[in-house]
Amino acid sequence: MNNLNEMKNILIKKTLKLDCGKEISNFPLAYETYGKLNEKKDNAILIFHALTGDQYASGINPITKKEGWWNYAVGPGKSFDTDKFFVICANVIGGCMGSYGPGTIDPLTKKPIGTNFPVITINDMVNAQYNLLDYFKIEKLFAVAGGSMGGMQVLQFVSNFPSKARVALPIACTASHSAQNIAFNELGRQAIMSDSNWKEGMYDEKSINPDKGLAVARMAAHITYLSKQGLQEKFGRNLQERSDLKFGFDADFQIESYLRYQGSVFVDRFDANSYLYITRAMDYFDLTKQFNGNLSKAFKDTKTKFFIISFTSDWLYPTSENKDIVIALNAIGADVGFVEIKTDKGHDSFLLNVPDFLSTIKNYLNTTYSNINERRI
Amino acid sequence: MKEEFKVISRFIEEKSRVLDVGCGDGILMEYLSKNKVVDVRGLEISKEKVKKCLSKGLAVIEGDAENDLKQFPDLSFDYVILSQTLQAFMSPEKVIENLLRVGKKVIVTIPNFGHWKVRLDLLLKGEMPVTKNLPYQWYNTPNLHMCTIQDFYNFCNNKGINIYKTISLNGEKISNISNSNLKYKNLISELGIFLLEK
Repeated sequence: MNNLNEMKNILIKKTLKLDCGKEISNFPLAYETYGKLNEKKDNAILIFHALTGDQYASGINPITKKEGWWNYAVGPGKSFDTDKFFVICANVIGGCMGSYGPGTIDPLTKKPIGTNFPVITINDMVNAQYNLLDYFKIEKLFAVAGGSMGGMQVLQFVSNFPSKARVALPIACTASHSAQNIAFNELGRQAIMSDSNWKEGMYDEKSINPDKGLAVARMAAHITYLSKQGLQEKFGRNLQERSDLKFGFDADFQIESYLRYQGSVFVDRFDANSYLYITRAMDYFDLTKQFNGNLSKAFKDTKTKFFIISFTSDWLYPTSENKDIVIALNAIGADVGFVEIKTDKGHDSFLLNVPDFLSTIKNYLNTTYSNINERRI
Repeated sequence: MKEEFKVISRFIEEKSRVLDVGCGDGILMEYLSKNKVVDVRGLEISKEKVKKCLSKGLAVIEGDAENDLKQFPDLSFDYVILSQTLQAFMSPEKVIENLLRVGKKVIVTIPNFGHWKVRLDLLLKGEMPVTKNLPYQWYNTPNLHMCTIQDFYNFCNNKGINIYKTISLNGEKISNISNSNLKYKNLISELGIFLLEK
């Protein structure tokens, strides 16, 4: 990956004690910002990315030259209106877009850290990103938001820092990674680790990578992001540039070709070891267990306003799991809104152009922001 | 704002915690939070209406009273409001029980099936009544359990539920209902608004 020098990043000097027991310090956290922080510093929104996201939520990603992962939602006049709000997004630790991760070069060996990188958790990711508040001298964020693993970070953030965000938007996520979630992640990890180029994680990123394993991992995961109905409508049994079956193992069907393509473009922008570490962090996420089986306790001191969103066709992080968070919040009288958006686009809905979803967030944030300001006057 | 909502909001003391069950577009919630400085939550079954409420920044969750009231702890609200939806539940009895569990006080509004126009429709035409407050035909009505003001009175008495106050609404006319004028008010009221306590 080039252009790494142009990335914005902060060097976190403070020691961060990880859940695994190890300590890290003097590590980089890469970030990007959109919009302007106002004088009162009350318009900042911290957005957390999902498994394969990065800090480039909006506009054109300078590394991949493709649109930012949340371009539909973040930008001028959009759901997270950057004419109004100051949006910050950081690459999680363990990631591969400039933050401290398995691809970071070890100054002693001059090689990537690889699997000598410590196993990290969602809690570790959030604690690392908290340093951004100090860096920008923000006393209190207006909002924290994110979908999927980003939503898990939202929950963990409010639990860790109950007075640091006025609004929390956990989208299409869960408070506790299910057996099915873990199973799919394990499938992806096994695909990577059984690639002979993986070399126990000590491959050299510049030469030979476990691309095949990573591509298979992505293909399997991609299926879980879509709904059966969505796939059927988009691809059905359509054949790929051929009039009949070829009686071989090339991509006869469009869906096969589509998945192969998704796998092949993914390996150009993502690191296999990061995939292992981040999926592991997701699997370890169980906020309910962190509070001895009572999720309500995770939020007991918070005055944060929650807005939880799920999607009808999301079977990876289904409505029932999102609703468990709503129930836990209602049990302690927290301020919570919840809606299930109707769509056939599956778990991926939060990344796509789903007008109902995008407009509801926009209105919710704008109204809440002006209500807060009115009350202050 | 509807007369009904004005009556309801008069029942509610400032700085209290309110749950609006079946909050619709959130009009009453907005009014209460602005004018009564109450901490107000809503529960609504229609996705479209929930989205409208959330767009206004209101704390509304999508759900239905028969399944989702159980997530609220005992006496977690000062007032629970149920406006003109009791008749649509499978089990109104259980819903009322749950409302009284969750709220210290409960405000219930019912469209009155005892109104003279309703009675006359059935008596003269021999057809199921269709009125302004009950605009459905028998085959498409969501109203499974219609009752009259008298019926609801009897229900509360049988269940040992205290009725603090009952208001009659007939068009824009607001009046008190008491034991002495109950028979008459049951004939002329379009809506009955009850303030209850366990």
